[in-house]
Amino acid sequence: MTAGLLFASVGVILFALGVAGVLLLEHLLRRILAFNIMGSGTFLVLVGLAQRNGIADPVPQAMVLTGIVVAVAATALALALARRLYVLTGKLELSQDDEA
Amino acid sequence: MMVWLILLPLLWASLAFMLGPSRGVWPAIAGLVAQLWLAFALAAEIVGSGAAMHAVGGWGAPLGIDLVADGLSAAMLLLTQCIALPLAVYAHAYFKRDDPARNYFWPLVGFLLAGLNALFLSADLFNIYVTLELLGLAAVGLVAAGGGAQQIAAALRYLFATLVGSGAYLLGVALIYGTYGTVSTVTLVSLIGADAPDLVWIAGGLMVLGLMLKTALFPFHFWLPPAHGGAPAPVSALLSAVVVKASFYLILRLWVGPFSSLTVVASLVVWFPALLGTLAVFWGSYQAIRAERLKMLIAYSTVAQLGYLFLIFPLLASAGALQAGIMQVFAHGLAKAAMFAAAGTLIKATGQEMVAGLAGVAERLPVTLFAFGLAGITLMGLPPSAGFLAKWQLIELALSQQQWVIAFVVLVGGLLAAVYVFSVLRQAFLLAPADSVVTPVSRTLEWTAFVLAAASVLLGLRGVELMQLVGVT
Amino acid sequence: MTFNELLPLAVLASSLIPGLLIFTLPESWVGLRTTLNLSGALVKLALVLLLIVGVQAGESYGVHFAVLPGLNLAFKADALGLLFITLSAVLWLFTTLYAIGYLEGAPRRSRFFGFFSLCVTATMGIAMAANLFTFFVFYELLTLATFPLVVHRGTEASIRGGMTYLTYTLIGGAVLLTGIVWLHHLLGHTDFAHAGIAAALGSAYDGQLQIIFLLLMIGVGVKAAIVPLHGWLPQAMVAPAPVSALLHAVAVVKAGAFGIVRIVYEVYGIEFAQSLDLLLPLAIFAAVTIVWGSFRALFQDDLKKRLAYSTVSQVSYIVLGITLFGPIGTVGGLVHLVHQGLMKVTLFFCAGNYAETLGIHKVSEMNGAGRRMPLTSIAFTIGALGMIGVPLTAGAVSKAWLIDGASAAGMDWAIWVLWTSSLLNAVYFLPILWRTWFKPIPKAWPAEHIVARGWRETAWLLLLPPMVTAAMTLAAGMFPNNQISPLSWAKLIAEREYVHESIIWTP
Repeated sequence: MTAGLLFASVGVILFALGVAGVLLLEHLLRRILAFNIMGSGTFLVLVGLAQRNGIADPVPQAMVLTGIVVAVAATALALALARRLYVLTGKLELSQDDEA
Repeated sequence: MMVWLILLPLLWASLAFMLGPSRGVWPAIAGLVAQLWLAFALAAEIVGSGAAMHAVGGWGAPLGIDLVADGLSAAMLLLTQCIALPLAVYAHAYFKRDDPARNYFWPLVGFLLAGLNALFLSADLFNIYVTLELLGLAAVGLVAAGGGAQQIAAALRYLFATLVGSGAYLLGVALIYGTYGTVSTVTLVSLIGADAPDLVWIAGGLMVLGLMLKTALFPFHFWLPPAHGGAPAPVSALLSAVVVKASFYLILRLWVGPFSSLTVVASLVVWFPALLGTLAVFWGSYQAIRAERLKMLIAYSTVAQLGYLFLIFPLLASAGALQAGIMQVFAHGLAKAAMFAAAGTLIKATGQEMVAGLAGVAERLPVTLFAFGLAGITLMGLPPSAGFLAKWQLIELALSQQQWVIAFVVLVGGLLAAVYVFSVLRQAFLLAPADSVVTPVSRTLEWTAFVLAAASVLLGLRGVELMQLVGVT
Repeated sequence: MTFNELLPLAVLASSLIPGLLIFTLPESWVGLRTTLNLSGALVKLALVLLLIVGVQAGESYGVHFAVLPGLNLAFKADALGLLFITLSAVLWLFTTLYAIGYLEGAPRRSRFFGFFSLCVTATMGIAMAANLFTFFVFYELLTLATFPLVVHRGTEASIRGGMTYLTYTLIGGAVLLTGIVWLHHLLGHTDFAHAGIAAALGSAYDGQLQIIFLLLMIGVGVKAAIVPLHGWLPQAMVAPAPVSALLHAVAVVKAGAFGIVRIVYEVYGIEFAQSLDLLLPLAIFAAVTIVWGSFRALFQDDLKKRLAYSTVSQVSYIVLGITLFGPIGTVGGLVHLVHQGLMKVTLFFCAGNYAETLGIHKVSEMNGAGRRMPLTSIAFTIGALGMIGVPLTAGAVSKAWLIDGASAAGMDWAIWVLWTSSLLNAVYFLPILWRTWFKPIPKAWPAEHIVARGWRETAWLLLLPPMVTAAMTLAAGMFPNNQISPLSWAKLIAEREYVHESIIWTP
């Protein structure tokens, strides 16, 4: 197994963990962190798979940079919303009954 | 022309942000008028001389970004601008001076539209990811703009759903890039053959599933009703009418584009979206019939109507299926925008959120109720309306390919839609109870909804040009 | 666009445009609303006259627009369509006059007259549709435009009636659509043509065509109120009287019956339909409906309900006439389309007059009504006698042709059906007439709203329409062979439909 493939495999595992976290956890901060883990997993796959013949491909590097910017923005928005929810309800989780 | 469709909304969004809520509306509306004109001009150009391409800043792919507009994207652009302009006028009349949602509305809508327009014009998978995120974050912001606890909760739920959806999509893109070393949709069409490695199948699956989550296809619809039902009416309208269609458009694009050879090999795969679509039609309608709050009813109706869109996948072998799908996208987009706008007016005027509280509005707010009714006609697929043409095309396609089940689902879905549309109208036609109060509302609110609803009906009398546009590749 | 293309559109526009304008009028602008209504109705009548003259002179009128590639919204004004158009245009004028009188001072009139005009527009569209697609568009438009009229009063009962109506018609519409799309898929078009279009497919498709016929008949059978699809009609009685008149005589049930005529004659072709064994089952359903409707009418004490069941029965006379394979039955069916309209509209106008003037809603309350309201009662009597088929009324003419048609087709059982129905009609109409004319006036009417002034027993706008339509019922019965009678027109149509048969007119 090449180093690139190893990175990619770890990335996939991180992604799966992250998705599970976002979907299953209750505490909002944990869910936001899980989202970041999910994102990092994807970035690892992007960078890892593209390392062919030992030479790093610059395009995925650029993509990951863009991806990180997007992830930061999303995290900031999520944190702001979570804080607002805490101010309004005193809770940091989404209750089941507000769905309807 | 294409660049301006993306730059203009960015421009007026920033301007609106700097000018503040009270003055932000005018650059927005001026920008939207210009965008509408651009979208029409682009559509006319494409019908005349075929698909168009633009290399941003003179840098072509693979280094730069290519914008590509064919019939499908031009049609989606046109629909988006056609819905956004009346809704902007509506929103201007809708928000009260002290409404917190008003502060962020114009900038967020601008970013949302920029994301949408860029998405429709993008021709590479990564670029599309960025537009998806721009779109998603702006939409979440709009849902939360009201500032209430319920709205924040709905926005968070929506945010997580949309992030997981685009995360799965991005992972798919990573796998595709790892395999082929390109993300250009045009190049990938020839690269991905029937003998593609398993990794590509996984990538395709991830991307389509992620996008289905963002489209709120059953059973991924859980986030939609609270988000669309809880947001301020102009936001609900915009989200239900166009935003969910963007991810549907992408699925369709990928399905008939890069992944077309995969879907030919695995003939059973085409039934997966159709199956979910069928379930969506039934489940969404059932929930809409049961709903007690007006906006919830409309939101669940969106879940049901999105189901129709996925019924076209087994039929894509014939060219008409794409046209039927786009006709349904137009029908539902215009009608749902009108319906949410009308519902917003009804709720504002009566102070009642419940369907049961609508007794007597037929008499007090005839124009709004008419708009609701016309939009309902489109959703039920009754003639003359765009919804009817979509239904006609779908049934005929289904019959010609002997897919009886699809024809049946379409017909029954129309009847179920009639049940929930008329559960509202029935209430509206009742005599008003003596103690009911209807506060007067601005005529702008009433007539913008009416214009959208009328458009959804009139398109049913003349669909030739639209079909011609969609046919351009 | 030439004159011959413009004329059918103008006929549509003459009710559509006033209708749309009326929607926007404030409630209190009575004068302008009435002017719009009446000028629309008169202009339409004039345009229809132009059409009649033209069609008799052999002109053809038609126009089409592409809605989708390969799908046209197409109109034509041919002899068959004109029969229905003329009936609707004439009755629209009188129904409008009646409605103006009936709703005087009532709320929500702008909405009422707006939808009223839309209804007539839809009816015109149905009559002038040149293919099944166009037919369906207006057929469903008619459903939608009548719903607000049925629920006009806004009471729980009226809403329930309206919802029943919708349930039947929307499900029927979905079935009809299935049939139409299927046919369109097989043929590539659904244009109406003399002697039909379905035969061109060849015998391999016979089975499919039989299923499609069933779907189409269920679809239009709902509006034509064929048993067991008739349940909505008695429920829809909650509507105001002019709406009932419109539903029963001019628009809804007639649209269903007319649809059956078009489908049998111009989609399948009468001879091809006979060769597929489609006519006999339809005839049996029609026969059952005729007897069942008359039978149920016997037990209704509510006057409008009794009339409603009578409609169920009478509309199937039309269907029966069409299914009697032979030109004489065709003439009988077609002429009854017009005659039933004239008679039924008279009866509903009168029922409305009794209710509005004296508060009479039930048969058992009608004692002595003839002395208090002689003119209305004379009109009612003419209508009722016509329904029974008494000589010198329009009903007698239709019945004579139907019976001759049945014997010419060798279907003697149909003659028995017609006689049974006539007998039942007499049993449920004659007691009403007896009460009206020969029972003493009660001490007080249930609710006297309008006081008699001299010879004017009620408002003149309520009085005039039934008297005119009653006179027309008599005229059609006494001068059936006149150049402009419905019978002559029906003969003209039948001559064109039976391509392979020499016609000898016996009656």
